[in-house]
Amino acid sequence: MTLKARSKRSYANLAPIALAVLVAVVLLVLAGANPFEAFKLMGQGAFSGWTKTGETLMAWVPLVLAAAGLIITFNAGLWNIGIEGQIILGGVAASWAAREVGGPGWVVVPAAIIAGALGGMLWALLAGVLKTRFKVNEIFGGLGLDFVAASLAVYLVIGPWSRQGVASTSGTDLFRDEARLPTILENNRLSLVAVALAIAAVVFVYYLMRGTLFGLRLKAVGRNARSAFLLGIPTSRYMLGAFALCGVLAGIAGSMQAIGFHFKLIPAISGGYGFLGILVVLLAAFRAAWIAPIALFFIAMSRGSTQLDLRLDVDSALGGVITGILVLLVILGGGWQMRRLKRRVPA
Amino acid sequence: MADATTEEKGTGVILGATWTEFWAAWGDVFTTASLASMMAASGPLIYATIGETISEKAGVINLSLEGSIMLSAMTGFGTALLVDNVLIGFLAAAAVGAGIAALIAFASIELRLDQIAIGFVMTLLAIDLSDYLGNRFVGEAGPAVPAWPIPGLSEIPWFGEVLFDHNLSVYGSFVLIVVAYVFIYRTRRGLELQGIGERPEGAFARGVAVNNMRYFYTILGGALVGVAGAAFSLDQKLGWREGSTRNLGWIALAIVIFGGWHPVRVAIGAVLFGFLQVVALKMQPVFPGLSQVLPTIPFPMMILALVVVYTDWFRRLGDRYPRLRGILAADPPSGIGVAFHPE
Amino acid sequence: MSLLLEDIHKRFGAVHANNAITIEVEKGTLHGLLGENGAGKSTLMKVLSGFIDRDSGRVLLDGQELDLSTPKTAIQAGVGMLHQDPLVFLPLSVVDNFLMGSPGHRFLNRAEGAAELRKISEPFGFNFDPDAPARTLTIGERQQLEIVRLLWLGAKVLILDEPTTGISEIQRVDLFATLRKLADQGMIVIFVSHKLEEVEELCQRVTVMRQGRVVGETALPTPAERLVEMMFGQVITASDRPQVEHGEDTLVLSGVTFKEGNLEVADLSTSVAKGEVIGLAGLEGSGQRTFLGGCTGLVPVSSGTITVGGRSMTKRRYRDFMRDGVHYLPAGRLEEGLVEGLSMTEHFILAGEDKSFFIDWAAARKSSEESIGHFSIKGFHDSPAESLSGGNQQRLLLAMMPPGLKLLLMEHPTRGLDIESADWVWTQILARRDEGTAIVFASADLDELLRYSDRILVFFNGRIIKEVEARSTTGEQLGFLIGGKEPE
Repeated sequence: MTLKARSKRSYANLAPIALAVLVAVVLLVLAGANPFEAFKLMGQGAFSGWTKTGETLMAWVPLVLAAAGLIITFNAGLWNIGIEGQIILGGVAASWAAREVGGPGWVVVPAAIIAGALGGMLWALLAGVLKTRFKVNEIFGGLGLDFVAASLAVYLVIGPWSRQGVASTSGTDLFRDEARLPTILENNRLSLVAVALAIAAVVFVYYLMRGTLFGLRLKAVGRNARSAFLLGIPTSRYMLGAFALCGVLAGIAGSMQAIGFHFKLIPAISGGYGFLGILVVLLAAFRAAWIAPIALFFIAMSRGSTQLDLRLDVDSALGGVITGILVLLVILGGGWQMRRLKRRVPA
Repeated sequence: MADATTEEKGTGVILGATWTEFWAAWGDVFTTASLASMMAASGPLIYATIGETISEKAGVINLSLEGSIMLSAMTGFGTALLVDNVLIGFLAAAAVGAGIAALIAFASIELRLDQIAIGFVMTLLAIDLSDYLGNRFVGEAGPAVPAWPIPGLSEIPWFGEVLFDHNLSVYGSFVLIVVAYVFIYRTRRGLELQGIGERPEGAFARGVAVNNMRYFYTILGGALVGVAGAAFSLDQKLGWREGSTRNLGWIALAIVIFGGWHPVRVAIGAVLFGFLQVVALKMQPVFPGLSQVLPTIPFPMMILALVVVYTDWFRRLGDRYPRLRGILAADPPSGIGVAFHPE
Repeated sequence: MSLLLEDIHKRFGAVHANNAITIEVEKGTLHGLLGENGAGKSTLMKVLSGFIDRDSGRVLLDGQELDLSTPKTAIQAGVGMLHQDPLVFLPLSVVDNFLMGSPGHRFLNRAEGAAELRKISEPFGFNFDPDAPARTLTIGERQQLEIVRLLWLGAKVLILDEPTTGISEIQRVDLFATLRKLADQGMIVIFVSHKLEEVEELCQRVTVMRQGRVVGETALPTPAERLVEMMFGQVITASDRPQVEHGEDTLVLSGVTFKEGNLEVADLSTSVAKGEVIGLAGLEGSGQRTFLGGCTGLVPVSSGTITVGGRSMTKRRYRDFMRDGVHYLPAGRLEEGLVEGLSMTEHFILAGEDKSFFIDWAAARKSSEESIGHFSIKGFHDSPAESLSGGNQQRLLLAMMPPGLKLLLMEHPTRGLDIESADWVWTQILARRDEGTAIVFASADLDELLRYSDRILVFFNGRIIKEVEARSTTGEQLGFLIGGKEPE
C-alpha cells in the first residue's frame, strides 16, 4: 500500500475513535461532570492499587477467552450468538466439579476447568448440530440455547444447589478453598493461572488461524463455503469443529467465572462476556492479535466507570455507552469506506 | 396439607405438591382478573412483535429489539415524566424506536453492512444508553396511561372485564392486530410489502420501489417497537429501573419466528406468552422455580419450530396437507436479510 | 403500429454488449431474436423492460419515444417482459400474484381480480385456481399467469426470454397457440431464443445477433444454413491434430439420469477413454452443467450406473470422486473455484498434497513462487485471488490441479479469456491428455469444440441429442445441432 493510502487509512481509523471520545465528553458535560476528572477517575477505578488491578484482570480473562473463541467461529463464517449459553454451561459444569470432586486443589481445580471446557463444548456442539444437520440459523438457535442455559443456571441455583433453607438467586454456597483458583496475594482474586490461560488462548487462536491447515481451511469455509467444498474441505465438519473449539474456550471462561471470580454459581455467571466478546472481536476487525488489548480497554472502561457512579454521580453505564458507540462508529466507518471505494471504480 | 419445605416443593416437577394446591392455583389462573391482566400484559409484546413482523416481512431484520424496547421504555417514561404528558411520552418512545430502525436500514441498504452485526451492536449500545440516561428516572413515580373502561361493553360478564376494561394502550394493541392483518392481506400496499420481502427482484419488476419501501416499513416497525417500550413503562411496569424490560426484545424475536411472520399468529403467540407468565405467577406458591423457567419456553419452542419445518418429514406432510403447513409454520420471507440492488 | 429500436448502445466497462442495435417490428408480428450466449440478447431485453439504462439510442412505439427508465415506466409504456424464470411469488396465491404491483383501489378486491383473471384467461384456454399458492403451478402455468397479467396491464409489446426452457412439449404447443392468438389481436411479440426449430415454427421474421451487433434480419421461412451462419459466423473446422491412440475407458455411463431438485439430465449412455477429449456443446442450461456435476459426484444419480477407472461410483459423492482422481474446474472462477480474500500461496496450500497440520510458510511461499513462475501467473504470492485478472485466475486454478488425474471435467475453460491465455490453457490441458487423463469440457465456442475435441456430445433440452466425431463435423452442422435441428 502506498504511503499516502496508508496514512489515509490511519486517518480513517482514527476518526471513529475521535468521534467516540467527543460523544463521551458531550455526555459527561451534559451530566454535569468534568470530563478530565472523569477520565482520570476511570483510570483509577480500573488500575489503582493491586486489588483493583487484580479484579480488572480477572474480569478481563473470561472476556479474552470468549473473544478468542469467537474469532474461530467468525472465521468460519458463523455468528455464534450462543456463546453466552456456552459460558454458562462452562460455569455450571465447573461448579458441579467444584462441589462434587474431592481432594486437594491440584485435583479439583483442573477438574473444574476441564469440566467447564467440556460443558461449553457440548453446548456449542448442540448449536452446531442444529445448524449443520437441521439448518437452524445459528443466531436464533444460539439465542434460544442461551435462554435455556440461563434457565438451567437459575434452576440449579434456587433448586437442587440452593443454600440450606434459602432458595435465593444470589447464588449457591461458596466453594471450599481448594476448589478455587490459586491466587498470588491474600484478599486478591488475581490468579496467574487465569491470566496464563487467557494469554494461552490468544496465542493458541493466533497460531491456529495463521499457522495451521485447519485454520486456513476454516477461513476458506467462512469466506466461500462452496469453493471450500469443491476444494475438498468437509464444510459441515469444519463448522462443527469451530463450534466445538469456541465452546471449549467459552466453557473455560465460565469456569474462570465460577472458581476464579465468584466462587459460587450465580444465575448471571456469564457476566455478559459472551456478547461483549462479540463487540471486542468486531472492534478488533477479527484479528487475534488485537483482542487482548481491546478487551482490556473494554474492561477498564467498564470497571472504571463504576468510580464515576460513586464520585461524580454519573451512571456507570457510561463505559458501556462509549465502547458501544466506538464499535458502532467503526463498523459504520468501515461500511462507508467500502462504499466510497466501490464508487471510485468506473462502471 | 403437609408443611413441606420450600426446597422440597421447588424440585420443579408436578410431584411434591398436593393436588389441592395445584388445582387451586390453576383455578386462580382463570379468574377474570388474571385473564384481564394477561391481556394487558401482552400489550407491549403485541406492539413489538407486529412491528418486527412488518420489518422482517419487508426483508430487514431488526435484531436490536432487546435494546430498542429498553431505550424507548426509558425515553417514554422519562419524557412523560418531564412534560407530564403520557402521549408525548409515547411519541418520544416511538421516535427512539424509529430512529434506531432507521440507522439499521441505512447501514443495511446504503452501506451494505450485515444487518445482524449492526442490529447486535445497537442492542448492547441501546441497553447501556438506557442505563446511563435513565439513571435520573430510577425510582421516580410518573404518569401512567389512564384507565378507560369502555362504557357498556365493560359490563358484560367475564368478557367485559377481560377485554374491555383496560386503557388506550391496550386497546391500541388489539386494534393494531386487526389493522396489521387487514393492511398486509387486504390492501394493495400490503401485497407489495409481502412481495418486497419475498422476492425483491420480482417486486422491482412490478414497479415497486423496493428500497424506499424497505426504509419505510423498517422505520414503521421500529416506531411500533418504540411504542411497545412506552406501553411497558407507562402502563405495565410503571416507571423505570435498570433493565426494566429485560428479555422482552429477545422474546419478541422468538415469537415472530414462531408465529410465522403473520400478524395474527404472532399476536396469539404474544398472548400465549402472557398466559404463561400468569401461570407462572399463580403457580409460584406451588412451584417456586416455575416463574423462572416458564418465560424461557418460547425459545425451545422456536428452535423446535425451526427444526421441524426443515425436516423432510414435515415437508412431505406439508405437501399432503397444505393447510397444515399453513397453520403450523411458514417459511421466512425469502428475501430477508439480504440487501437488494438492481444491477 | 410498430416498435422501433433505434441505434441502442450499452457498454459494461470495455464490453460493448449492445452495439448500434436497430430493429423494427410491425404490429401483430411474431418476431424472433436469435443468438447464442453472449450475443447481447439479454442485455437488450433488460434495456427494453426497464431494468437497466441504455447508454444511447431510442425506443419508439408508433413514433412516440418510450420512457423505459424503470420497470414501472416500461409497463406503463406497454412493454411487458416474460422472464425465463417467471418472477412469481411462490407462497402467495395466484390471484395475489396477478394483482401485485397493479394500480387500483386501496383495498384489494380479490373477487374482482379473480373475475378479471378468468375473463382474460378464457379466450386462451387457461385455467387457474385463484386461491392456490403459486408454488403449485408448473413453469408453463406460471408463464401463462404472467402473460395474462401483462395483458391486463395493457401490454402492447410482449417480450419472451427463452420461454420454452423447462416446459413440456404440450405446454410449448399451448404457448405457441397463445402467442399466435395474441399476434392476431395486434400484439407485438418478440420471441428470444437459441432454438432454431422453434423460431422457424413460430416466427414470421427473425433478427440474428452476434457479439453485440445485429448481423442479419430476414423473413421466415428461410434456409436454416443462413440462420446458423448468422448466429455462429463462419466456423472453420481446424482439426489439425493427429489421431491419438486412446486407452481403456475411464468414464462409463449406462442409462444414467442425474437428478437434483428441478434439474434433470436423463438417459445418458456414453464412455470416455484415457487420453480422449470430449466436448459438450449446447446452449447454456441445456444440461451440460448438470452432466459435469454428475460425473464428479455433485449431482446424485437417480438411475443407471457410472464407473470411473473401472470402479463403480454410482452411489458416491464428491469427495470420493476427488480422491479417485476426478477433478472439476467450475466456470465461476471466483464464485466456485477460488476463495476471495485468500492469497495465491494460501490457495496452493489448500489444493496441495501436503496435509500436515502446521503450515511451513517459508516452504509454501517458495513452492508457490515456483508454481507462479512455471504457470506464468501475473501476480505475487500474497496477491489475493480477486486481484488477479480472469486469465490469471484460470492459470491459478490450473496450477492448483493435482497431478496424475484420471478425469478432468471443465466448465467453460476459456470463457472470458484473451486468445493468448486461451491457447496457453489448452496447452496445459493437452499436456494432461498426453499423460493419460480423460478430458471432458463444456464450451459455447464452436471453434474451440471442433478444434480440440475427439468427440462432441450435443445437449439440447436436458438430453444428449447427438454424439458426433469432431473431425468429420463442420461448424455449420454443429450449429444446427445446438439449435436443436438435424443438419440438412
